[in-house]
Amino acid sequence: MWDYSEKVQEHFFNPRNAGAVPDANATGDVGSLSCGDALRLTLKVDPESEVILDAGFQTFGCGSAIASSSALTEIIKGMTLNEALEVTNQDIADYLDGLPAEKMHCSVMGREALQAAIANYRGEEWKDDHEEGALVCKCFAVDAVLIENTIRSNGLSTVEEVANYTKAGGGCSACHEGVEAILSRVLAEQGKTFDPYARAPEAAPSAGGRKLGNLERIRRIERSIEAIRPNLQRDHGDVELIDVDGKNVYVNMTGACVGCQMASTTLDGIQQRIVEDLGEFVRVLPAKAMRKSA
Amino acid sequence: MTTPPDTQGIYLDNNATTMVAPEVVEAMLPFFTEQFGNASSIHAYGNRVGHAIKQARQQVQALLGAAQDSEIVFTSCGTESDSTAILSAIKAQPERKEIITTVVEHPAILALCQHLETEGYKVHYLTVDGKGRLDIQQYMDLLSDRVAIVSVMWANNESGTLFPVQEMAELAKSAGVLFHTDAVQAVGKLPIDLKDTAIDMLSVSGHKLHAPKGIGVLYLKRNTRFRPLLRGGHQERGRRAGTENSASIVGLGKACEMAMEHMEYEKTAVRAMRDRLEQGILAAVPNCFVTGDPTNRLPNTSNIAFEYIEGEAILLLLNKLGIAASSGSACTSGSLEPSHVMRAMGIPFTAAHGTTRFSLSRYNRMEEIDRVIEAVPPIVAKLRKLSPYWSDSGPVSDSAGAFAPAYA
Repeated sequence: MWDYSEKVQEHFFNPRNAGAVPDANATGDVGSLSCGDALRLTLKVDPESEVILDAGFQTFGCGSAIASSSALTEIIKGMTLNEALEVTNQDIADYLDGLPAEKMHCSVMGREALQAAIANYRGEEWKDDHEEGALVCKCFAVDAVLIENTIRSNGLSTVEEVANYTKAGGGCSACHEGVEAILSRVLAEQGKTFDPYARAPEAAPSAGGRKLGNLERIRRIERSIEAIRPNLQRDHGDVELIDVDGKNVYVNMTGACVGCQMASTTLDGIQQRIVEDLGEFVRVLPAKAMRKSA
Repeated sequence: MTTPPDTQGIYLDNNATTMVAPEVVEAMLPFFTEQFGNASSIHAYGNRVGHAIKQARQQVQALLGAAQDSEIVFTSCGTESDSTAILSAIKAQPERKEIITTVVEHPAILALCQHLETEGYKVHYLTVDGKGRLDIQQYMDLLSDRVAIVSVMWANNESGTLFPVQEMAELAKSAGVLFHTDAVQAVGKLPIDLKDTAIDMLSVSGHKLHAPKGIGVLYLKRNTRFRPLLRGGHQERGRRAGTENSASIVGLGKACEMAMEHMEYEKTAVRAMRDRLEQGILAAVPNCFVTGDPTNRLPNTSNIAFEYIEGEAILLLLNKLGIAASSGSACTSGSLEPSHVMRAMGIPFTAAHGTTRFSLSRYNRMEEIDRVIEAVPPIVAKLRKLSPYWSDSGPVSDSAGAFAPAYA
């Protein structure tokens, strides 16, 4: 079953501040019955200082929902309303020494109840803008709604892009089938087809998504190096391209660069520049590495 | 949950899995050591194992009432048996593009059917009424020569409700359609006599009847058109390649023999414990009810919906007392939806999240049942005290001040 921390278990078995606060002057009701959670938070706020004098909760929910509610009331008691508004769901999770990925929504519900209660106290209307879908990526707790919205608003088309934008699928990769299914569905709505072999659109616009020919590729690497050389020459160093072998780009560092302690950092900088210009990953290596392996 | 159950724990989650019977363990042990041979080998090492597998096959045959021992195909689990049955039917009849199943099947069937929908298959999901019963007219209207296979569970894992699979198999047969039943919850708890039915294929899972995990059976009626899931060897007459899991096969054989011996006990003593548990809880706890069809269900299963509280919280508090049960709440599964079985029966969300399944076995004792009857009411009361839907004496009424949260 769930791997609940000692703290979660403790707050579940012995919840703090359970029940409604008598003569409360702020109430926040939030919930998602379909997910099995609902929470009423009642506060007694000092009208002069806006300090939360007392807080109580009533929760319909699982172990971690009850523990999150209990933790929330403990955190906010004694805070001013403005301080309490700064409390995030991560603060609630941290207070409990963490929650399982599937259970993070319990802490979100706690934060929303707090916002709703403060809005209620101030006579404002609180609107819930939080939409929740089925959990897709368990490594980073990313749900289907977030993935779908991110695909739409950024025009994403590959699993790799989804991982870059949402982190979903960036871990164990077990959810890639699910991410592909969402991509297929959203792209189909836009009249496009999901291509699992498509590469993420490159940073370099001139590459235009097509694979570069060998000659064009070497020319582009040359141009990148030419662009860097003035910077090196200013420090009385220089660099020349020796060879390109697949993903390996061999260069010779000359002048002041020879024996410079910063040479490897300089190589990293050259590599980054070439990768950006080329739109593909390459490794920049000193030419002597080539001789060794030959 | 990290809290270890009390050593004097009460295990009422036998529809999830069962203890391996000590006699089964004893029967298996030699097959890890001195009887380690490959049943396919010509020498004595292999031969002895081959004989043991043959005996186990006959023990399974006897429990299922199969006409032939060659109708028993050993697999790795119930899920493999389910997948093999459905995929075989569609491969053997590529011109048939429809499948009939029910909304309350186990995910082993439902997830496969949903996947096949993405490959162009039309899947008909039979609906159920408030007690989990099917509409046979709806089923009859769907049977046609476009249907590759019907797959309907014998007994529901959550509510224990039984489906009339024998009658449904006859209807499928007269329409010329293959019939499969996922019987993992029924086998060992109900008398089954397959030779007198029109059932073509049936799935068994060893660990539901006191055999180990990792062993299952697909019953395959003689002359049923079949395409294997795994090819690559002559084991199981070429219908399921892969070296036999001999120790587990022997264990399943022994477990089937024991299930035969205890069938009457299951129908009487286990049922009596279940009924006492259910009546005891219903009498002591307000606002709870039995889900499914109480007049037509497994003798070991009781599924009770406790309104206005959530199942995982119930299970955690039961677990603290060493009592193991199961729930249809969303939170116990990590999904956002409560049990699809409860929703299909139209159980309201406030009750579906609080459904708690008690599933017994012949290893339970009446004293344990009495302890559970004592333990449940204070747990429900404690959680209701925390619930915004509950006031001191009962559910919050719909008048002013009723709890009506902003739903996400």
